[in-house]
Amino acid sequence: MKEAALFFACLIPFLRLIWLGTHAGLGVNPVEFVTHATGDWALNFFCVTLAITPLVRLTGWSWWAKRRRMLGLFVFFYAALHFLIFMSLDLEFAFADLGKEIARRPYICVGFASLVMLFVLAATSSDRAIRALGRWWGRLHKLVYPAAILGVVHYYMLVKSDTTMPLRYGVVMALLLGTRLVFLLKAKIG
Amino acid sequence: MGLAAAASFLPRAVLAAGNAPTDEALTPFKDITSYNNFYEFGTDKSDPAKNAHTLRVRPWSVLVDGECRKPGNFDVDRLIKDFPPQERIYRLRCVEGWSMVIPWNGFPLGALLKKVEPTAKAKFVAFTTLLDPEQMPGQKGGALPWPYVEGLRLDEALHPLTILATGLYGKPMPKQDGAPIRLVVPWKYGFKSIKSIVHIKLVASQPPTSWNLQIPEEYGFYSNVNPTVDHPRWSQAKERRIGELFKRSTLMFNGYAEQVASLYKGMDLKLHY
Repeated sequence: MKEAALFFACLIPFLRLIWLGTHAGLGVNPVEFVTHATGDWALNFFCVTLAITPLVRLTGWSWWAKRRRMLGLFVFFYAALHFLIFMSLDLEFAFADLGKEIARRPYICVGFASLVMLFVLAATSSDRAIRALGRWWGRLHKLVYPAAILGVVHYYMLVKSDTTMPLRYGVVMALLLGTRLVFLLKAKIG
Repeated sequence: MGLAAAASFLPRAVLAAGNAPTDEALTPFKDITSYNNFYEFGTDKSDPAKNAHTLRVRPWSVLVDGECRKPGNFDVDRLIKDFPPQERIYRLRCVEGWSMVIPWNGFPLGALLKKVEPTAKAKFVAFTTLLDPEQMPGQKGGALPWPYVEGLRLDEALHPLTILATGLYGKPMPKQDGAPIRLVVPWKYGFKSIKSIVHIKLVASQPPTSWNLQIPEEYGFYSNVNPTVDHPRWSQAKERRIGELFKRSTLMFNGYAEQVASLYKGMDLKLHY
């Protein structure tokens, strides 16, 4: 029951965009609004997902550990939407142009790399994949760290001059990843 | 779609000192006044509409001086009287990749410059925006060096397309759009069309420009709209016309090549970006 509620909560940003879209609420540049919103939510879900390990370590609330897969898949959901908007309304599905843009624009290359990693993570998120990959699953899923970092770098590289938002995400990511370092060091020393 | 919305899609002639009429829809007043880059009032597109009310637009005068024989301090209402506003419907192309079609009300900058009689030393025109962090709270932060400055080569400034605008859609210039008087140079990226001008100076050498001061390798002095010269980080080949879903191809000199290409004959526009 609580799972269903959390699932619905994760869908709210998407549903809100649909509602705004049908009520002329996407503003003067709707494509820009939706592109930014889906990108922001991918980063938000990255932060939430990466916060679970520290949260569970500090509180013992194991229920959240079991929700990590769902939250991680929502990172992929919003990132995929973000890419789909770009592919359809910027590139008009010209895949040859995608190749050119990836080659010429570092921020697109970095973003695409993050998306590819998320795809791999999503594709290997099933119970079957976990069983099939065995101890390789844990190693493969460390890809979430570079995927998250590249997401923030992508944002930083594309803003015109106001780096406030990407830097904020960067600080939060650094803190979340930093706690893991602390745990690692404690385990080694203690 | 309401009648008003439908009406905004009726084609109007895009007239500009000899430009052939095209059938591009005017951008609605609501969009022109709620989607603005005016960092003096915040860096979000919706910030200027929310915050620009603190700008006091009267009394306002523009000091015109430098290399000229008859410098003066011109009250803006005096300027509107002496140079009755003409309607100029221009495309505006932002360097970020979006564009609008705006029915400005203004007069040729050349008319004001001729009035002050530039000397032979005058080769460029420098512009400065108001500096007052109390009225423009964004100037308390470091988004750009303040005050905002811009510049044109003298022939660009004297060109018939270059105007000082004091209104749009027949209404006085809204504060978020650069009231009470701003520059419009339609063949260049929008950031060259400096807003809320207090000082125009005729100078002998190329003046500094704010975005070039901020990120020199990305924003040059000329900044002519040019689909063949990319921004270092993104393509300039296409643009999102506000109100349209898919992108349009960007036009050389924003569609004003016939009128302005001769100004740049023989110039390497990749070098002089």
